[in-house]
Amino acid sequence: MIGRIHSFQSLGTVDGPGVRFVVFMQGCPLRCGCCHNPDTWEFSGGEQYTPHEVLKRIVRFKEYFGSTGGVTVSGGEPLLQAEFVKELFELCHKNGINTCLDTSGCLLDGSVKELLKVSDRVLLDIKYTNEELYREHVGCELSDVLEFLKILDSEKIPTTLRQVIIPTLNDGESDVMQLKAVAEGVACVDKIELLPFKKICSVKYGQMGIPFRFEDFPEPSAEQMDRLNILVKQGAL
Amino acid sequence: MEHKNWNGFNAGRWQDEINVRDFIQVNYCEYKGDGAFLASSTKRTDGLMDKVQELFKLERQYGGVLDIDTATVSSLTAFSPGYIDKEQELIVGMQTNRPLKRSVNPFGGMRMVRQACEAYGYKLSSKVEEEFRYRTTHNDGVFRAYTDEMRQARKCHVITGLPDAYGRGRIIGDYRRVALYGVDKLIEEKKKDKHALSGEAFNTENIRLDEELYKQISFLGYLKEMAAMYGFDISQPAKNAKEAIQWTYFAYLGAIKEQNGAAMSLGRVSTFFDIYIERDIKNGVLTEEGAQELLDHFVMKLRIARHLRTPEYNELFGGDPMWITEAVGGMGEDGRTLVTKSSFRMLNTLYTLGSSPEPNLTVLWSTALPEGFKKFCAKVSSDTDSIQYENDDVMRPIYGDDYAIACCVSAMKLGKQMQFFGARCNLAKLLLIAINGGYDTTSGIHIGPQMPVLDGDKLDYDTVMERYDIYIEWLSRLYVNTMNIIHYMHDKYAYEKIQMALHDTDVERFMAFGIAGLSVVADSLSAIKFANVQPVKDDNGFIVDFKTSGDFPKYGNDDDRVDLIAKDMTHKVITELRKTPTYRKAIHTLSVLTITSNVMYGRNTGATPDGRKAAAPFAPGANPMHNREENGALASLNSVAKLSYDDCRDGISNTFSITPEALGKTETERVDNLVSILDGYFAKKAHHINVNVLNRETLMKAYEDPEAYPNLTIRVSGYAVNFHKLSREQQREVISRTFHVAL
Repeated sequence: MIGRIHSFQSLGTVDGPGVRFVVFMQGCPLRCGCCHNPDTWEFSGGEQYTPHEVLKRIVRFKEYFGSTGGVTVSGGEPLLQAEFVKELFELCHKNGINTCLDTSGCLLDGSVKELLKVSDRVLLDIKYTNEELYREHVGCELSDVLEFLKILDSEKIPTTLRQVIIPTLNDGESDVMQLKAVAEGVACVDKIELLPFKKICSVKYGQMGIPFRFEDFPEPSAEQMDRLNILVKQGAL
Repeated sequence: MEHKNWNGFNAGRWQDEINVRDFIQVNYCEYKGDGAFLASSTKRTDGLMDKVQELFKLERQYGGVLDIDTATVSSLTAFSPGYIDKEQELIVGMQTNRPLKRSVNPFGGMRMVRQACEAYGYKLSSKVEEEFRYRTTHNDGVFRAYTDEMRQARKCHVITGLPDAYGRGRIIGDYRRVALYGVDKLIEEKKKDKHALSGEAFNTENIRLDEELYKQISFLGYLKEMAAMYGFDISQPAKNAKEAIQWTYFAYLGAIKEQNGAAMSLGRVSTFFDIYIERDIKNGVLTEEGAQELLDHFVMKLRIARHLRTPEYNELFGGDPMWITEAVGGMGEDGRTLVTKSSFRMLNTLYTLGSSPEPNLTVLWSTALPEGFKKFCAKVSSDTDSIQYENDDVMRPIYGDDYAIACCVSAMKLGKQMQFFGARCNLAKLLLIAINGGYDTTSGIHIGPQMPVLDGDKLDYDTVMERYDIYIEWLSRLYVNTMNIIHYMHDKYAYEKIQMALHDTDVERFMAFGIAGLSVVADSLSAIKFANVQPVKDDNGFIVDFKTSGDFPKYGNDDDRVDLIAKDMTHKVITELRKTPTYRKAIHTLSVLTITSNVMYGRNTGATPDGRKAAAPFAPGANPMHNREENGALASLNSVAKLSYDDCRDGISNTFSITPEALGKTETERVDNLVSILDGYFAKKAHHINVNVLNRETLMKAYEDPEAYPNLTIRVSGYAVNFHKLSREQQREVISRTFHVAL
């Protein structure tokens, strides 16, 4: 089994609980306008590893994980290489390492369902709560993602619902309330994380010669993020 | 033995012998909670601190030195008492008769004193000049004995920073002994030791020791006189917390009046004080607020301690630090933690008095430390950037549970071990000298074994290593012999009377060697091994630059191919050093620590095969070179953790800067994650880490407008500095270091 991997980050503290080793998979079927890793899109890129080779890297950091940390597989879209990630997660479990899957939830087949069984937590990046925005800016259906969430719920996998806040697209109070409604519709979501849209990746697009479609959207202010976060916290989650 | 001032303490061996550790073990009370009990500063403390801040401001305005008494040679009783505000201070005692006024101390060397006075617009008084005209200083002695080769090695900076012109420092008196036993008992014990010598053969060693004991006893007497000038009789044991802190401080004060050593560390006093504080609280004579106030006033005194240094010295070390290192926390050999409420109180001074580089608060970290303490430390670190961490789990098996840290990373059993400080040699420069067959291109000096410049279009790894080995062997022998002269002369002409009086008579000695440029050497050798390194020669046929093509593994990425080169290098150096016997049978040790001198070392070193340009700074201590880390913060930590403490018993320093965002989204997350990182790093048997949680932008602002950030403290290499006290070049270097950021 061979996986294509974009890169590793030995210290991840923002993608899942605690201190995490993050594996960025190569290849993504979506083309989100806000994506900050366009270099992970092409499936033919990256470097090839076996799950064992990746595990060998991860265990070197096991001492740092403590009781809450572990490994997070992100991307790219890890679901595209579900069998590889599943094997990696199984190896992690054998070594007592907690696993976390950071995904868009855009795919759902047999191998993805197998992968979910060995995922201790899923960070589900729900881009918008609106079908049209999904079609226009993502390249898959909102219903696919909601279906994915249902499976997470039936499998009882602790889930963090995440959304990148992009002013004028999804930064209204009603947007946040809708996101909350999605979370409240299932039992598995125990956390909502709003992430501010950032344009620091613009440079990367420039270097790659790809247009950054969201160049003209503003970044949300810290105050706005605080306000929306308060909105998330109020009300029973 | 019994004493009324010991009422309420548990009995133990400590009553029959000088044994502070035993006193602590049978009397201390471990604390496993959090910091919620802590009190804030009192009005009295705030008032005093305002005055101190005013004085600091004045000192800055006067170019770093407020005042110098050029006519009075520093000693225990040379100055009449000085105060910040006599009515308000709970802990008293000052080096001179006024705060921040510096004294002259020419015992280590006259030249430094003279230059320092002149640099700040003063002139050393003719009285002092006359007094020392017929006296030999340590510096005089050393230069009488130095060989031509030693002078050349010093001149071309392949060995630098040697303590041959001022006090050597790095010795920690067990200052607690004065509080626990009173000075009379200590004199009595030393007299017994001196008497016992009379039955021994009077060879060189014993004659020297006999005279040293005479000096120790006489200076313990001066210490009593010094305290008496402030109205205290310290002949008897301290009877309460206030006295315990005061007596201990007097002992430390005596040491810094007598000696101007580079590093004058404090030891490990917090948990010792805790026993007195808890007894007083139990007896209803002290409150939490009062306990904090005592520690605050003590720490305030440490913050105004000063030695007179030359501007060159300040430039090298980023201000005029004294490395008043206090070791906090750690575990006991019996499995109990040595963390007490006073460990918290000591760290709390960074809140009550504000952040500060001094005292150099050093947490002895064990994965077994109570969670509440770990989290408190992590929070203080994020808030103040003023703490360093050292691995108790690695040191305790070697030094027991009553050791402390001298300077930055040098462990020693309190009152039982001392070290002969030896700065460091420049391994990167040595590599260039080796390649050039015994020629230093930056100074134009021929030194070491003379042989042809390495030939060929491409440097061959095995050939370079073979050559390098010859020069490491040569330098190691020279380095040990140079150190032998320095410490022979220091013992002879500037012996530490108070500090050694607060050691057991039969003391174990370390001789602490050091290396600079480890990451430059590791990456350079890696480049030679894995890439293509083409030497570039000047008109005289010496190699002055390199053309390196192709990729090579770089130290700091958890890549064994290069990390093990670094590890092997430390092993090779200490093995070579051990081959040459030391003065007073000291045990050879090695550190990977540069303090802030990595900038100066770089400046004096030509271009290196790793792609570093001539004169560019080295990375500090054992740090990977700036911005060569490609796999994130933990990979960088893993690389450093591979260096073996067995080879580097004098410490392995690593400075780690991370932005708050990269540590987590909320304060709770940041604290928890920092605890996980420290636990992980130390579980990997790493030795030391400085933690800075800050943004590069903050430093850039402070660089542009230093006046606006007078108290910005950052950890550099084994200690902390006020950012504004760094030279411009050092500030730029600190800003250019790797900041681990969130992606």
